[in-house]
Amino acid sequence: MKKVMIGNHAVAWGVRLARVEVISAYPITPQTQVVEKLSEMCADGTLAARFIKVESEHSAMAAVIGASATGVRTFTASSSHGLLYMHEMLHWAAGGRLPIVMVDVNRAIGPGWNIWTDQNDSLSQRDTGWVQLYCETNQEVLDTTVMAFKLAEQLSVPVMVNLDGFYLSHTAEPVDVPDQELVDRFLPKREAPYKLDTENPRAFGALVRPDAYMEMRWLQQESLQQVPQALAAIEGDWQRMFGRSYGAVEAYRAEGAELLLVTSGSVTSTARAVVDARRAAGEAIGLLKVKMFRPFPTALLRDALRGVPRVAVLDRNISPGHGGIFAEELRSALYDLSDAERPELFGYVLGLGGRDITPTVIDGIIEQARAGIAPGREDLWVGVNP
Amino acid sequence: MRELRLHGRGGQGTVIASKLLAVALFLEGREVQSFPMFGVERRGSPVTAFLRVDDLPLKLRCEIQEPDDLIVLDPTLIGATDILAGLKPGGRILINTDLAPGDFPQLLERAHVSTIDATGIAIRHGLGGKSQPIVNTAILGAFAADTGQISLASMCNAIREEVPIQIDANIAAATEAMTAVRHAPMRPAAVREVARA
Repeated sequence: MKKVMIGNHAVAWGVRLARVEVISAYPITPQTQVVEKLSEMCADGTLAARFIKVESEHSAMAAVIGASATGVRTFTASSSHGLLYMHEMLHWAAGGRLPIVMVDVNRAIGPGWNIWTDQNDSLSQRDTGWVQLYCETNQEVLDTTVMAFKLAEQLSVPVMVNLDGFYLSHTAEPVDVPDQELVDRFLPKREAPYKLDTENPRAFGALVRPDAYMEMRWLQQESLQQVPQALAAIEGDWQRMFGRSYGAVEAYRAEGAELLLVTSGSVTSTARAVVDARRAAGEAIGLLKVKMFRPFPTALLRDALRGVPRVAVLDRNISPGHGGIFAEELRSALYDLSDAERPELFGYVLGLGGRDITPTVIDGIIEQARAGIAPGREDLWVGVNP
Repeated sequence: MRELRLHGRGGQGTVIASKLLAVALFLEGREVQSFPMFGVERRGSPVTAFLRVDDLPLKLRCEIQEPDDLIVLDPTLIGATDILAGLKPGGRILINTDLAPGDFPQLLERAHVSTIDATGIAIRHGLGGKSQPIVNTAILGAFAADTGQISLASMCNAIREEVPIQIDANIAAATEAMTAVRHAPMRPAAVREVARA
């Protein structure tokens, strides 16, 4: 069944189809409609979940951590400062190996106080041990939300699904809502190997001495390393059942490209239109969409970019004092390629705090990167009025 | 691809109008994308919403700078904000007003102009309060008749799907507006000069 819906409602539909059992969330612009829709679904009985109301995001994450430890499927959503307020609990969820799924509606961090999109909220959480996936369309948001539960529960890792504030969260477009029976077959009820159970008491979160702590981190890392392969298999199932898949990394019209744009999130879509126009004009320009940021899909990116002459990375984020975050991580991933295979990489910082990224802006980047203009620095700012 | 921009004030149903039109066009098999001007909405303050429609899947995900059509839900916005900003040459404007299209000579130099008394229609059908009528379904009925881009049947189906209350009154308002809309074609200034000479 196809419906015209905003990205925030696509999230709620994904959660409903996944038959989540406990939800706790605190509203924040531009995520609010996720919470509204889910509480509506819990109230009218279309989603048989317990909705725990809390006074803050820190408590929301704490509540789903507790619920998840009892073996049930859990969900929360936040954005921007709400996500930052959860930060400590994000570590607890990941270190506790709890398969919580959360949605972050990407929004800039203040000050300056700003409700519009950029990726600095989620990227500041990159070392918390959560899988991070970035979506391009509302359909991808719904599909990824459901698949995230399967991925999380298979590897005991929490998953954060990201969508751009307003560009997806508040934009209505047709979304196919999969059949509940088919989703039930794709995603059966969660089976937790370890859980809080009064019949079989166990202790969680005890003191871990130096003789065991490092092994816990190693096991976590081993599980995260399996994510790209696991996601590919899960997407294979989704493709067979629903006819759609996305990939941790997706090459678009990349054959023989002299320049590849590297994008994440909703700007990918606009960049596709630019690439189409360039290809129609006979220019060898393509696109690489990076959906998965954690774990960083190093091997996939090396394969996709090996031997490409030039790469322009579009970062809607900034690590202050360093550069665009996707560009910096990509540079490091490509370091081990031979000199002959390693692309020349240009890292552009743009679109912060919701500044619009139009085809004209992307065309400007293409011209700059093609001309090889780099003023001796790794962060090339686009559209700044000094 | 056609791009539409709607201008209204908080409380008139501007964002819902853009969603309703998107649903109606979707029901006719078109690809659609509807979104509000990204910001903070307050009752009475200017609100802008957008709609893209095409036969192929839409790729652009940025604001609409050069719309083909404009819908103005509150005529006091004309002059108060630059509603014509970026309007494509030969574009269309539909205004909620009891005036005739000919009463907007400056707009007619730049665009085709249509008018509909959506406020009067909304009040007659009891939509919203008299001081704060909800005019969106009436003006969409006028848009359907004026542009031919969408059928009244699809518009009514979209209202049935999306409007939670007063469905019959909203459909009646849209239907009445179909026959009440008035239109005047663009009269470029240059052409007028020639006519005077």
